[in-house]
Amino acid sequence: MVDFLNPTGWALALLQMLLFSAGAPLLIAWVKRIKSRLQNRRGPSLLQPYQDLRKLFGKEAVMAHTASPVFRAAPYIVFGATLVAASVIPLLAIELPTTAIADVIVLVGFLALARFFLALAGMDVGTSFGGMGASREMLISALAEPAMLMAIFTLTMSAHSTNLSSVIEHVLDAGLLLRPSFLFALLGLLLVAVAETGRIPVDNPATHLELTMVHEAMILEYSGRHLALMEWAAQIKLMLYGVLLSNIFLPWGIASRLDAGSLLLGLVVIVAKLAVLGVILAVSETVVAKMRLFRVPAFLNLAFMLSLLGMLSHVILEVGA
Amino acid sequence: MNLASPLSLAGLAAAMALLSALASLLTQQTPSLMRRLVMPALGASGALALVGGVLALLGGQAETLSLPMGLPWLHWELRLDVLSGFFMALIGAVVIGVAIYGPGYAREFEHGNDSLPALGGFTGIFVAGMQLVVLANDAFMFMVAWEVMSLSSYLLVAFQHEHAPNRRAAFLYLLMAHVGGLSILLGYGVLAGFGDGFSFEAMRAAQLSPGWASVAFLLAFVGFGMKAGLIPLHVWLPEAHPVAPSHISALMSGVMLKVAVYGFVRFTFDLLGDFQWQWGVLALVIGAVSALMGVLYALMQHDLKRLLAYHSVENIGIIYIGLGLSLIFLGTGHALLGVLGLVAALYHTINHALFKGLLFLGAGAILHSAHERDMERMGGLLRRMPWTGLFFLVGCISISALPPFNGFVSEWLTFQAALQAWALQSGVLRTLLPLAAAMLALTGALAAACFVKVYGVAFLGQARSRPVRRAREVTLGMRIGQGWLAALCLALGVLPTVVVGALNGIPQQLLGQGLTQSTAHGWLWLTPVSADTASYSAPFVLIGLMLAWWLASTVLRRGAVRKVRRCDAWDCGFAPPNARMQYTATAFAQPIRRVFGGLFEIEEGVSQGEDGRERHSLHVNDRIWGWIYLPIVRATNAAARRVTLIQSGNVRIYLGWSLGTLVVLLWLIS
Repeated sequence: MVDFLNPTGWALALLQMLLFSAGAPLLIAWVKRIKSRLQNRRGPSLLQPYQDLRKLFGKEAVMAHTASPVFRAAPYIVFGATLVAASVIPLLAIELPTTAIADVIVLVGFLALARFFLALAGMDVGTSFGGMGASREMLISALAEPAMLMAIFTLTMSAHSTNLSSVIEHVLDAGLLLRPSFLFALLGLLLVAVAETGRIPVDNPATHLELTMVHEAMILEYSGRHLALMEWAAQIKLMLYGVLLSNIFLPWGIASRLDAGSLLLGLVVIVAKLAVLGVILAVSETVVAKMRLFRVPAFLNLAFMLSLLGMLSHVILEVGA
Repeated sequence: MNLASPLSLAGLAAAMALLSALASLLTQQTPSLMRRLVMPALGASGALALVGGVLALLGGQAETLSLPMGLPWLHWELRLDVLSGFFMALIGAVVIGVAIYGPGYAREFEHGNDSLPALGGFTGIFVAGMQLVVLANDAFMFMVAWEVMSLSSYLLVAFQHEHAPNRRAAFLYLLMAHVGGLSILLGYGVLAGFGDGFSFEAMRAAQLSPGWASVAFLLAFVGFGMKAGLIPLHVWLPEAHPVAPSHISALMSGVMLKVAVYGFVRFTFDLLGDFQWQWGVLALVIGAVSALMGVLYALMQHDLKRLLAYHSVENIGIIYIGLGLSLIFLGTGHALLGVLGLVAALYHTINHALFKGLLFLGAGAILHSAHERDMERMGGLLRRMPWTGLFFLVGCISISALPPFNGFVSEWLTFQAALQAWALQSGVLRTLLPLAAAMLALTGALAAACFVKVYGVAFLGQARSRPVRRAREVTLGMRIGQGWLAALCLALGVLPTVVVGALNGIPQQLLGQGLTQSTAHGWLWLTPVSADTASYSAPFVLIGLMLAWWLASTVLRRGAVRKVRRCDAWDCGFAPPNARMQYTATAFAQPIRRVFGGLFEIEEGVSQGEDGRERHSLHVNDRIWGWIYLPIVRATNAAARRVTLIQSGNVRIYLGWSLGTLVVLLWLIS
C-alpha cells in the first residue's frame, strides 16, 4: 500500500488534476486542427476552446421556467465527478495516493455517476430533444459498459489487481510482450472510448442537426457557466480515455520515481502519446461516416466480442502457461 | 433470564408485533388508534429487533431459548446467532421506517370500505412471522413461522380484494408460495431423514451422501428461490407486490425476499455444509439470468410499483451471483474467496432491503398524494414534493450502484470476488466468472438507465395529468420514514469497512474464517483480499466529490455572472414545449426494447377505436409465462378433466374410493 502521509504524492495528485483540466481543451483543439487540415481547411486556433470557455463563464445563465434544482446542480455534479475520475488515473507517475482510494471499478462508477446526472439534466426541462438524448445516451452506455469492464478485467486478472498503479506496474515489469489478450482488449477499449466520448461514428460532437444528436441534445438547454462546465467535463472525459488507453497499454515513459527529471520525462511522453492518439482519432473521424443509431449496438457488440476474446485468450493461453 | 440479552430483545420484538396485531382489533371503533397505538407498537418491535440484532451480530455468541409450546417431543426453540442477528437487524431497520411512515399512509383507509383491523392485524402478524422464521431453531417451528409469513402476506396482497386483478394476483401468490413451501419442507425432510431429528443441531450433524446433499440443495434452491423471486420462479412477484398497500410492498420486497435469502443461506451454508462447486454454478447462472432479465423487464414497465417489483428480481439475482461465487470458491477449496462472495451477497442483501424499502415508500407517497401509479401520467413531482423527490433520488442512485452510495459497495465487492477467478483450476470456471461479471456490469448500466427513466419521467419535466399537478408533499411522518432509510443508504455507502467488519462474524461462525484483511487498514480503507489487490476508501471518495463540487461551484464561478434568468425552454427554437411533447417512459425505453427485442413477447398494433380514431397499442409480456407456466396450466386442466370421470356425486362411491385408498396404503406400509 502506498504511503498516505506523503505530501509529494498528494501534491502530484493535485497537479495531475490541474493538468487534466488545463490540458483537456488543448486536446480537443488539436483533434479539430488535424481534422480541418485533413479536410483542406485552416481550422480554429489551438486556443479557441479556452476562449470559448472564458466567454461562456462570462455570460449570464438562462434557465427554462420548468427547470428544477436538478438542472441547476447537474453541471457541478457532472464536472466534479469527471474531475475526480480523472484524478485516479496515473498521468505522469504511478504510485499516486488517489489510485488506492479508488480502483478502476470505482473509476467506471464515477463516470456512471456523471452520466446519470447528465441524462437527468436532459430529461429535466421536459423537451423532446432532451429526453431523446438521455434515452440514447443510456442505451449506448449500457452496451458500452460491459465491453469496457470486460477489457479492463482482462488486464486486472493478469495483474491480479484492480488498482491502476499496480496494473501499470505489472505491464512495465512484463516488458514489451505481444500478448493476444492485451491486443484484443486494446481494440475493444478503443471502440468503447469512441462510443463513450461521443465521437464519430457513434455520435457527432459538431452536429446540431436535431435528429442525430446524443450528447448535444442533453445539454441543449444549458447556457452560460452551466454550459461551460458541461463542455469542459466532456473535454476532460475525452482526455481521460486517451490517458487511460495510452498509459495502460503503453505505459513506457511514465515516472515510477517522484523526482523532477522523471516527472518531466513523463510529461513529455504523455503529451506525445496524446498527440498521436489525437491524430489517429482525427483520421478515423475523417474516413468513417456517422452510423445510424440502431447500427451502434452492432458496433458495441463488436467491442464486447473483442474484449471477450481478450479474456478468453488470457484464460486459455496465458494463465496455464 | 436476562431481559437485556439480545435474544430476549428479539423475542420481545416478535411479541410487540403480535401486540400491534391485537391492538388493531380496536381500530374498528376508533380508527385513530391506528396511529396512536398500532403503528407505534410496530415501530417498537422494529427498534427492539434492530437493537437485539445488532447486539447479536457484534456479540458473536449464539443464544438459545426453549419455549413451552409446540410438539410434545419437540419444544419450540429460539436461537439468535450472528446470522439471525444480521437478518433481525435488517428486518428491524425497515420495519422502523415503515412504522413511522404507516400512520400517514393508512389514513386514507380510515374512511373507506377497507378494513383497518385487517390491515393492522395482518401487518403485525406478518412482521412477527418474519422475525420468528429468523429465530427458529428447528425445522418444525421454521415451517410454521414460514407459513404464518406467507399466509398473512397473502391476506395483505388481497387487502383491496374488490378489484379482480388483485384477487388473481393474490391467488397466484398463494399457489406459488405453497409450491415453494412444499419444496422447502421436502428439503428439510431429506436433512431430517439423515440427521435423525427436526432440530437444526441434528441436521447440522447429519452425514449426507453427495447425491442426497445435491437433492436437498436443489429442493432448498427451488423452495427459497420461489419466495425470493428467481427467474423462472418469479412470476408471482410483479403481480403481487404492486397491489398490496405501499408500505406493505416495502415490507414484502424489502424484507420478505430477504427472509428467503436467509433461509437459503441457513440451509446451504449452515445446515448442509460440504459444498459442491456445481451448486455454485447453478446459483451463479440463475442469478445472472435473473439479474439481467429482471432489469430488462423493469425497463419495459410504466407502472411504477410493478417496475420496482421487477427490480427486486434483478437485485435478488445479484445476491445469488454473490452466493454462487461463494459456493464455487468454497467447493474448490478457496475458503477466503468464498467468504468474500458470501460477504458481498449479505452486504447486497441489506442494501437492497434499504433502498427498495425506500423506493416503495416513495412510490407510496406519490400514490397517496396524486393517486397515480402509472408513470405516463406523472411528471414535475420534484417541485410539488421536494422532500420525497430528494429521498427518491437517493434511492435511485443507490439502486443504480453509483458511488458513494451503498449499492455501489456491494456490487464492487461482488466484482472483486468474480475477479479472483484466476485462482481457479478449471478453465471453464475461469471463463464463466468474468462472464457473470460482464452480465453484472450490463445489469448495473441498464438499472441506471431504468432509474434515469423513472426519475426523469416522474419527478422532472411537467405534470402530465391533473391529479399529479395538484399533488402536495406528504405528511411529516411519511417524510421521516423515507428519510430514515435514505440516511441508512448513505451511511452504509460511506462506512463500508464498519459494515464489513460487523458482517465478518457470519462467515466466522458458518465457515470458521473471516475476511481478516478487509478491515486491517483502519476504518477508512476497505481492502477485501489484500491492499495490493484492491482498495476502496468511501470516506475519501465522498470528500473528493464534495471538494470537486465545491471547487466547481465557488472558484470557477468567481468571475461569472451569478444571476440566472428564467425564460421559455429553447428546444431548438420550436414552439414552447408543453406537457404532451415530453418523452414518455415507453419512448425512453424504446431503443432498448428494440435492441433486446427477442427477449420480450411484444404485441404491438394499430387498431381503429369506436370513435373512428386510430389507436396504437403496445403490450410487453413476460416470455416465461408462455414458455413454462401456460403449458403447466394446460396440463393441469387436462389432468383435472380426466379426473372428473370418477366424480359421480354419489357419496357411497366416494366412500368406496376412500376405503380402497386406505387398503392400498396399509398394504404399502406393511
